Amino acid sequence: MLDQLLPVLILFGVVVVFGAALLFLTALASPKTKKSAVKQMSYECGVPGQDAQTTKIPIKFYLTAISFILFDIEVIFLYPWALIYPSKVSEYGGYLLASMGIFLGILVYGLIYELKAKALEWD
Amino acid sequence: MGSDIFEIAINFAKLAIIFLMMIQMVPLLVWLERRGSAFIQNRLGPNRVGPFGLLQLLADALKFITKEQFIPDRAVKALFLAAPVMALIPAALAFAAIPLSTDIKVDAFQMMGKSWGPYVFEAQSVYLPIGIIYVLGASSLGAYGLLAAGWGSGNKYSLFGAIRASAQMISYELAMGLSIVGAILIYGTFDFKEMIVAQAGPLKYSWLPFSVSFLPNWGVFYQPIGAFLFFVAAFAECNRLPFDLPEAEGELVAGFHTEYGGFKMLLFFMGEYGHMMVASALMTVFYFGGYNIPFVTEAQVYNHFLTDHAFSATASSLLTSAAFLLSFVVKVAIFLWIFIWVRWTLPRFRYDHLMDLGWKTMLPWALANTVVTAIALYIGRA
Repeated sequence: MLDQLLPVLILFGVVVVFGAALLFLTALASPKTKKSAVKQMSYECGVPGQDAQTTKIPIKFYLTAISFILFDIEVIFLYPWALIYPSKVSEYGGYLLASMGIFLGILVYGLIYELKAKALEWD
Repeated sequence: MGSDIFEIAINFAKLAIIFLMMIQMVPLLVWLERRGSAFIQNRLGPNRVGPFGLLQLLADALKFITKEQFIPDRAVKALFLAAPVMALIPAALAFAAIPLSTDIKVDAFQMMGKSWGPYVFEAQSVYLPIGIIYVLGASSLGAYGLLAAGWGSGNKYSLFGAIRASAQMISYELAMGLSIVGAILIYGTFDFKEMIVAQAGPLKYSWLPFSVSFLPNWGVFYQPIGAFLFFVAAFAECNRLPFDLPEAEGELVAGFHTEYGGFKMLLFFMGEYGHMMVASALMTVFYFGGYNIPFVTEAQVYNHFLTDHAFSATASSLLTSAAFLLSFVVKVAIFLWIFIWVRWTLPRFRYDHLMDLGWKTMLPWALANTVVTAIALYIGRA
């Protein structure tokens, strides 16, 4: 397994070195200019902005992330099932279909509940 | 990586060449995008620098090099500088696992007084039997680069752009992941190569009263809804119009890369176009036969070079691989053109419409597609 993933690690290193080298070399070639407090401000359409890291973020994003984790786990469980289903469908087709049907049914009920509770509304 | 020094060297070279080819495609795609948009909007586009304006790319690169390095005072410096590289990594890693062409078989040969055994080189940097899981995992890391950029910039526009982008990406990742389940049910494998082999030959419909063998055996004929959902979700994953809310310039200046300029900006571009290439390649592999040439088998092409033109076995294998690579590139290029075409044709979504489409339309349709495919397989079992 490690032998198969070794090229991935090497490629990861190559990409990091490539990106870092590009940034470093262009930093060498770039013109040096005088810094000033106004110039080093972040661009917020000319208004002196407040600190971005303490700004408020709508709770909807948090809720979306929670729902994502639930349904992503559903998708992850579907993958191994989808892998064995076509080869075993003639023997255990009914059993496989029913077991995944129950699992999906519970999650679809969850999705309907989320819709009814207006957890997915954006306004 | 290989059993002896020759194999290891070739595998290293392959890794670097495929990565650099992907990077090299980016300026070409930018040129195509600018010329394509001009063509669609009935103007000329870049046409002064070099033939067809192709040297415009070099001029742009020179301009990028001479830009000053700007880091805002409020930025988190490490994150700000790491984010462009983090945006490039997922696309590069994902693209490495996609099979570009048929295997190249090298016969035993003599070199430097030693005999080198027969080799088989895959036309991809990384061969993994669980290709789908790896590619989905790698490409979903893209959200980290955007979040690092948004948080690191110390700018509200960047932060909101990044948060929008990550919410959009995770929402459409669900639809994307689910739309592939139908394809996995059809092929019964996680291996890209086995999928491509399964899509060779004429269409094998048995339930129609007439023959449809004039069509190739592509996944899109078994999974039309899955293919459509996958392609739409791919647009959202790449942050392309009509789903480019993260950088909606009317509201957020430029979204997560507001504070970036020069080559740092270019690295984000490479990541975005790399994502587009990965999405087009996946679309080709899952639903349009991968590197297959319709109605031509690998053995036919190989024998054509071997017997009709009397090449050696190694050269024939290499030329066969080149022919199938051309087929793959043409298919991917068609999807890349659709990406550009759609960008200049459709208007941008509103954010609530975007989330509604992801959660209330595409997710249920993808689920229904999975269930219908499973039931159809159950009914059609023999």
